[in-house]
Amino acid sequence: MKLGDERLNDVARALFAIVLALVAVAGALAMLGFAPGPALSALARGSIGSSAALTATVLKSTPLLLTGLGVALCFRCGVWNIGAEGQLLVGALCATAVATRLLPDAPAIVLLPAVIAAGALGGFVVGAVAGALRASRGVSEVISTILLNFIAIQLVALAVHGPLQEVAGAYPKSDPFPAAALLPTIGRWHLGIGIAALLAVATQGLLFRTAVGFRMRAVGLAPRAARFAGISPERIALFTLGLGGALAGLAGAFEVAGVTGQLYEGISPGHGYTAIAVALLAKLHPLAVIPSALFFGALEAGAGAMQREAGVPATVTQVVQGIAILVSATYAVSAGRRHGGAAADAAADAVEERA
Amino acid sequence: MEALLEAAVRLAAPLLLAALGELIVERAGVVNIGVEGTMLTGAFVGFAVGVASDSAGLGVVAAAFAGCAVGALFAFFAIARGTDQIVVGMAVNLLAVGATGLAARALYVGATPSGPTLSSAALPFVGGLPFLGPVLFAHTPFVYAAFGLALVIGFALTRTRPGLRLRAVGEVARAADAEGVPVARVRLVALVLGSGLAGIAGAALTLAQSDTFTEGMTAGRGFIALAVVIFGRWSARGVVLAALFFGLANALQFRAQARGLELPYPLFLMFPYVVTLTVLAFVAARARAPADLGNPYHRERS
Repeated sequence: MKLGDERLNDVARALFAIVLALVAVAGALAMLGFAPGPALSALARGSIGSSAALTATVLKSTPLLLTGLGVALCFRCGVWNIGAEGQLLVGALCATAVATRLLPDAPAIVLLPAVIAAGALGGFVVGAVAGALRASRGVSEVISTILLNFIAIQLVALAVHGPLQEVAGAYPKSDPFPAAALLPTIGRWHLGIGIAALLAVATQGLLFRTAVGFRMRAVGLAPRAARFAGISPERIALFTLGLGGALAGLAGAFEVAGVTGQLYEGISPGHGYTAIAVALLAKLHPLAVIPSALFFGALEAGAGAMQREAGVPATVTQVVQGIAILVSATYAVSAGRRHGGAAADAAADAVEERA
Repeated sequence: MEALLEAAVRLAAPLLLAALGELIVERAGVVNIGVEGTMLTGAFVGFAVGVASDSAGLGVVAAAFAGCAVGALFAFFAIARGTDQIVVGMAVNLLAVGATGLAARALYVGATPSGPTLSSAALPFVGGLPFLGPVLFAHTPFVYAAFGLALVIGFALTRTRPGLRLRAVGEVARAADAEGVPVARVRLVALVLGSGLAGIAGAALTLAQSDTFTEGMTAGRGFIALAVVIFGRWSARGVVLAALFFGLANALQFRAQARGLELPYPLFLMFPYVVTLTVLAFVAARARAPADLGNPYHRERS
């Protein structure tokens, strides 16, 4: 089974990236004078050591899963969406606006869907702005999405200091969500976790079972050949950035409606940036984003314990993310895929030249 | 007015240094979105060495070398291993935030100390001119270095043989290769030099604009430097004007904040990014990037 072998190989390489990143971090900790043993065991205890730790891991993984899916979709089409952070934040902002200002007295049957839809719509708009700037003005989405992240951070600050600030007015945070706007939960597990998992399956289906998904993959593999076949890379980029933004916006809505119950500055510790590591470690494969998100979620959950128990700063997670990105992107891209796309592009160029 | 323009020139300097570095890199055909992380590394290393040696000068040298090292790391992955440049850039940014944060907390338990700074020095003769003196010629060495280097780099890129070879690599790598220009080596050198400048730009933040290091203190300046290169249409002269424009926008923001305008402060903090995005929307379509920008070069096997 050639296909099976290749999959196995991918998994092996992803594990290699993780192990290498953890070993490098342990080495760095030792160099800086922290004892790596207690640090790593605190990391394990805080992420998988108890049922409470496992719940924390799943809760941290959910926004990473949704933003990771959005990033993976975009990267698949050759669209460098670095803006999941801003899309998530605006999603959380819009969800909060609906829950605490627009429809605070609506019954759950109306309010909850409205809150979720507002989150997705907010993220969609932010993504689509970057897509439209690229399609109509030729602005690279790499830069526009990064700038939009900074703008979104200040939009949240503006909201919680202004129109969305709690009525009491004491702190820069929103009013707590009315009960009807909160996601149903079992223990601390909220409905958003299930929706996120379903969306991973749906994204997989979209990408591999539909005509749109085929066009998206074609643009990602060989943009010039795709254009030759009548597919507009700009329109695909706009569509994908909007969709990726909506997924990230949902992540924001689930955070405020399922975990925190209110909006405040710093509601995301950089989920949208971690999402890039999540997507790359999953090799941009929607279903593989689930275990990848769980890994990085565990890392975040464990980092808290590591800081409390071993005194190791939680910023160490970003070092792990950086190394995991480098290793998985460098040693885990199958050469055949890259060269196949380049060959199709070259063929399209050759035909165009002759015409 | 005088104070506003003085602040514009002063605030433009770190952006200009970083953007000049990125200009060299992009003219060689490489997009390095790791400038942000490279600046942050330079800011931290410059500060740490400055504190340890009690010499701001040594700090700057160390920051330059740290930047070069980050550039070499970038080149190892993006040039030697062919990993996507955007991906490597993001990884560099995450690594820099994590590593500098970790090292700062390991080194400075409790409060971060203040370090030495390079102070402003008026240039002889021209420093005494009315108006122009204080605006242009009474600055820290970083400002003089930034504008001086802009002249040198502008000349080198357009009028010298190495500059020509560098641009050839960025425009049509395959043709440059056929002419005997070692594409990979030129890109490596460009990355190391350009990242060295980004390191110095970072040091300007910790050794002149403030006297201490705070986590993530670059706050997106590296990304704005990327926009400065596009706005400046990939020429040294354009980059100088674009950096001055952003410096002025920043100075206006501080001025408005200090005047206590009846506006919420997040609006001020948002201002530079909104300006950048707006400017890009108007100039990006007309600007022409180097033709081989962002394309990894694989030599054909014969």
